[in-house]
Amino acid sequence: MIHKLTVPISDEAIRALRVGDQVEISGVIFTARDAAHKYMVEQFIKTGGNPPESERALYELLKEKLNGGVIYHCGPVVVREDGKWRFVAAGPTTSIREEVYQDLVIEHFNVKAVIGKGGMGPRTLAACQKFAAVYLHAVGGAGTLIAERVVEVEDVHKLKEFGVPEAFWQIRVEGFPAVVTMDSHGNSIHAQVAAQSEARLKALVAA
Amino acid sequence: MQDLTEAIVELIRRTSTDLPADVEQALREAREREAPGSAAQGALDTILLNTEMSRRLSRPICQDTGTPIFEVYYPEGWSTRKLAEQIRRAVAIATERAYLRPNAVDAISGENSGDNTGVEFPTIHFHEWDRDELKVDLMLKGGGCENVGAQYSLPYAPLKAGRDLEGVRRVVLDAVHQAQGQGCAPGVLGVAIGGDRSSSYQFSKQQLFRPLGQRNPDPELARLEETIKEQANALGIGPMGFGGQTTVLDVQIDAMHRLPASFFVSVSYMCWANRRRSMTVRGDQVVYG
Repeated sequence: MIHKLTVPISDEAIRALRVGDQVEISGVIFTARDAAHKYMVEQFIKTGGNPPESERALYELLKEKLNGGVIYHCGPVVVREDGKWRFVAAGPTTSIREEVYQDLVIEHFNVKAVIGKGGMGPRTLAACQKFAAVYLHAVGGAGTLIAERVVEVEDVHKLKEFGVPEAFWQIRVEGFPAVVTMDSHGNSIHAQVAAQSEARLKALVAA
Repeated sequence: MQDLTEAIVELIRRTSTDLPADVEQALREAREREAPGSAAQGALDTILLNTEMSRRLSRPICQDTGTPIFEVYYPEGWSTRKLAEQIRRAVAIATERAYLRPNAVDAISGENSGDNTGVEFPTIHFHEWDRDELKVDLMLKGGGCENVGAQYSLPYAPLKAGRDLEGVRRVVLDAVHQAQGQGCAPGVLGVAIGGDRSSSYQFSKQQLFRPLGQRNPDPELARLEETIKEQANALGIGPMGFGGQTTVLDVQIDAMHRLPASFFVSVSYMCWANRRRSMTVRGDQVVYG
């Protein structure tokens, strides 16, 4: 069974998910990776929600759209045609780099799902449990396939400052496929697989 | 001298959008080994579908089109300066045509150059050879898998790894465990034994140009390739780190001379989107492989 989630996502829908579940997401989501996460924490969160005037418009927009919303760790390949942006390739990037920021962002904006690859660590897992959020794993490298599920690029923020891969792309997706690998009940497939492979490694290098 | 700019753009297009047949075949075989309905098999289904779509639509397999690494083998008399100019121009054109993502950023400020050129970017190595044809090998090496590469200096106490092939086995398995699914498993390992820190890493990447399944002519190294492949898969990390049967598609090892004082083992991890292709120029004829 595939769980279909539409943004904004409710806490109940999140609590119903368990690791291993397949989901499809629809609605408006935002890409954000290294530069964007650093920016959100420094400009919005550490200022106690009082960003400099120049950053206020983006802050208000994100506060509205990320409430029950979704962040996607992705730096896409894009083309511009007839004045409109289009995603050409848009698989996930490695998520663990955002580990120091993610829990703060989940809490501050009430983010319900973070999509990426490779999984995240204990801080994010704790935030998922406390604030009813999940980590969703998309298939790394599946750039063309996922780009086909991006039906519209609504807008882009910080493009000039951060560049194409690092900008906030505001995109509408339909049926974006992913697997729950960290749920809101404290379970992480990544932690399980790491522990299992460590035990097997120890056996292979014993003596 | 010929202007090869457009021919190189085509090499980049093929490399970015059309996964080599040996890699696709290995992924199909991996799919058959995973349990029906498992997350691991689901991931491989998505990977294979994505591979077909990218080829058909001529779009990048993965949005991280990586560091373009060019290995150029040229006959006597060619100008490497002009070839480098043509490669840099081709990379910029391929970026404009969205075969490559603008991927070169200033190391300090993070400012994106916009066209994939910059200081020592793309990577180009020139080798003069005695044939009368020019060959260009290209690899697009993504950041996720590059970040999980590892270099060990033997002896390495934490793993009781000494200066022998048993020590090499230990550290390479450790590198696979450390990488988990982060390098977009199932990947390919290129391993270099020996050299200095920089030549060792470079030689490990050279191994990734070998066809999958090609064993080292040295029987001892060939055996080590097989052993590590089998044991890395026994770790159970699986596609995308979801758990499963296939963690690596192959392991390719070679050795180079080293200083008596140094014993490096370098592991380069290549993601499943193992984008490597070649181009040979004979007279006016350009052949892609």
